[in-house]
Amino acid sequence: MSDECIRLEFKVDSENFASAGSASEAVKTQLKLLGINSHDVRRVAIAMYEGEINMVIHAKGGTAVVEIYQNRVDITLADRGPGIADIDLAMKEGYSTAPDNIRELGFGAGMGLPNMKKNTDEMRIVSNPGVGTTIYMKVNLT
Amino acid sequence: MDINKLTELLSAEVKNLGENKKVETGYCGDFLSFAMSRAPSQSAWFTVMSNVNVAAVSLLADVSVIVLCENVIPDDALLNRCVSEGLSVICTKYSAYEAAGMLFVAMKNEEKYCLPER
Repeated sequence: MSDECIRLEFKVDSENFASAGSASEAVKTQLKLLGINSHDVRRVAIAMYEGEINMVIHAKGGTAVVEIYQNRVDITLADRGPGIADIDLAMKEGYSTAPDNIRELGFGAGMGLPNMKKNTDEMRIVSNPGVGTTIYMKVNLT
Repeated sequence: MDINKLTELLSAEVKNLGENKKVETGYCGDFLSFAMSRAPSQSAWFTVMSNVNVAAVSLLADVSVIVLCENVIPDDALLNRCVSEGLSVICTKYSAYEAAGMLFVAMKNEEKYCLPER
């Protein structure tokens, strides 16, 4: 089987809620064009959108790299934000450090990372407080 | 059920109508992460959240129509985004509870709805 992939790279703007989600939408469109089934497309879109929003809220933006292989999609989200001090705590449903002005927009339910975990087949977080966070996710295509 | 029928059912005002999509079910909630992961595709999303991020979530979750409840109207950014993306958004005077209840009863009468198992 070929190991070739389609590689997409996005810059996620900081604190720009108007454009937040544009990278996820572009990936969704690309996956649909490739004929990927809607269940898998939705999983990728949810995981990526949550990651994108996290970068906007917490990390002053970052980069998203998406590689679409024949049987999987790899997503790498990297930022130079404050980092996550306690990853286990951050993974708990309902835990959020989002400020009030973000919550007023409908974010900050503490479901971002859990949603990413739930909608991917593999997820790994590498975070150094003060340096940044990189999240690797893999979604198998069915 | 479709968007036009739902609009009539809720005495709603159409702010933008894309394609007259099917509405198979509904979802109530204002937290975007909940809606994102739990609103079923082809659903009507009943909410009072009216900022531009509602459009992004609707697009990614394949929501058929955004139903803004309790006379909430979309802000300019949301409306512009709905227009450019062909997303349907309607406004009703009813609360999310009332509007979802009306959809539920209408679909039950059509024998096209049963509650999913929890």
